[in-house]
Amino acid sequence: MIKVQNITKHFGAFAALYGVDLEVQPGEFIALLGPSGSGKTTLLRIIAGLEFQDGGQVLFNDEDVSSRSVGERQVGFVFQHYALFRHMTVAENVAFGLSVRKGKNRPTKAAIRARAEELLRLVQLEGLGHRYPGQLSGGQRQRVALARALAIEPKLLLLDEPFGALDAKVRKDLRRWLKDLHTQMGLTSIFVTHDQEEALELADRVVVMDHGRIDQAGTPEQVYMEPATPFVSHFVGETNLLPGGLHVRPHDLEIVTDGGDPVVVDNLFRKGGFWRVEGKLAGSDTVIELDLDASLPPPALGTTIFIRPRRSKTFPQTGVSP
Amino acid sequence: MSRTASTTEGRTSQALLIAAAMIFLAFFLLLPLVAVFTEAFKQGIGAFGQAVMHPDAWAAIRLTLLIAAISVPLNVVFGVAASWAITKFHFPGRHLLITFIDLPFSVSPVVSGLIFVLLFGAHGLLGPWLAEHDIKIIFAVPGIVLATVFITFPFVARELIPLMQEQGKDDEEAAISLGANGWQTFWHVTLPNIRWGLLYGVLLCNARAMGEFGAVSVVSGHIRGETNTMPLHVEILYNEYDFVGAFAVASLLAALALVTLIAKSILEWRFDLHHGGAVH
Repeated sequence: MIKVQNITKHFGAFAALYGVDLEVQPGEFIALLGPSGSGKTTLLRIIAGLEFQDGGQVLFNDEDVSSRSVGERQVGFVFQHYALFRHMTVAENVAFGLSVRKGKNRPTKAAIRARAEELLRLVQLEGLGHRYPGQLSGGQRQRVALARALAIEPKLLLLDEPFGALDAKVRKDLRRWLKDLHTQMGLTSIFVTHDQEEALELADRVVVMDHGRIDQAGTPEQVYMEPATPFVSHFVGETNLLPGGLHVRPHDLEIVTDGGDPVVVDNLFRKGGFWRVEGKLAGSDTVIELDLDASLPPPALGTTIFIRPRRSKTFPQTGVSP
Repeated sequence: MSRTASTTEGRTSQALLIAAAMIFLAFFLLLPLVAVFTEAFKQGIGAFGQAVMHPDAWAAIRLTLLIAAISVPLNVVFGVAASWAITKFHFPGRHLLITFIDLPFSVSPVVSGLIFVLLFGAHGLLGPWLAEHDIKIIFAVPGIVLATVFITFPFVARELIPLMQEQGKDDEEAAISLGANGWQTFWHVTLPNIRWGLLYGVLLCNARAMGEFGAVSVVSGHIRGETNTMPLHVEILYNEYDFVGAFAVASLLAALALVTLIAKSILEWRFDLHHGGAVH
């Protein structure tokens, strides 16, 4: 089990993390989700041992590893831009962690080669071992980086924006594949992302961060349906802010004939199985977005519709955080 | 119509600019180079050989090679260490260090030489102590080495700092996360990443180490056969109206410059190949 207790970290005058607590159970797949500057990458690097906290502790199985280096913590780290060794072949990259071992801990050359081949098979890059990273596509490079990290049999796999540099299609395939690999190998994994869709799709638990704090940690369902703070409500999924401090998802709004708030429709487009209707609350600049069943006729542009939330959420003292 | 006119005009001024640059190059670079070799071989290959094989000339060549053999490796070590420290770590005084690395470029070489005379000369700060212990630095080989190391310090570091800055420290972090120690990381990851840049820096450093005149002139004392490097020897021969001798030794230095340029071009070509081919 990984436990992070009351971690603080400053970079000069900038406070990256204020008293962060987190527990990760064996086998969990955790997403650290937040905008840039929220401290998510710093937290990941502190867990890895690539960065050291100013205060607090990092525990692996109740053992304080705070003063141990990244090499001693035996974690697999996958970098956003892969950080492959460009002068080494793919097989040499994958074998690196084993070939730098000393004395009796180092397997024989043949064993190292066999292990590298096995890992390349695992990441579906059989037969590409002799190539150089420069000759691979982005998705292939990311898989080499993963195989390289897995070669040292890490207790914990840490991934920094693992899909950030890939195009949409590759990203989607690789996501699903990573999730399968995680389950199949019984890994404990933490990945950083700013993409809420990615976090909700992949993770067992999503940890939403903002300004160096954890706003909420919960299942994708909990984070989406029961956001703990206005920030989570806005950052995870889309949210309309109605008068009275009501936070309402676009698909939780319906058109009614009696009562409801008037909205002037100014944009309309098809979004998958829905009509996305955009407009402004009559007499104000508040933008309202709602999703309507595509099988029904949509409202015409310029008309006024009346909306009512089917489901909403309020937060005490909205927007006033200490 | 107007487009054609402007293109034509563009072509004309382009041709003029190129011609101007070519004439300038021919006049100020090529002509002197040709003159050096012409003068050197004016009285035949025999006279050239004699001039180069003269014991004093030979001593100057040996000394120059010795100075380069000492100062280039030293500056490779200093340069790599400084670039590593500056680009991979954040520490107070980092910017000051970057500024200091440029100091030898911004100070006149004569002043650089004088600094060492003021420090280690007979009337210098440490002069009496050195005399007491019978250590000779100024007007001796150690002084020339010191001055050369000082002058050529920026070449390797200046070449490596931007390169290492651009490469970042992801590769090193990846290596240590996989269990490599500091030395393994440097040897297997950092050094291969910077090798072409490093070689390039070494080449420039070597060319300057062999060719430095000002600073070395101040500390050398011009003792024939003992503390004269090739550039100093050229000046002495020239002042003695031994033109063939002067130009013969000068032509060796010029040949070194040409070899350096060719090697530099080959390196640049390889460097681009590796650099361009491997990133993204």
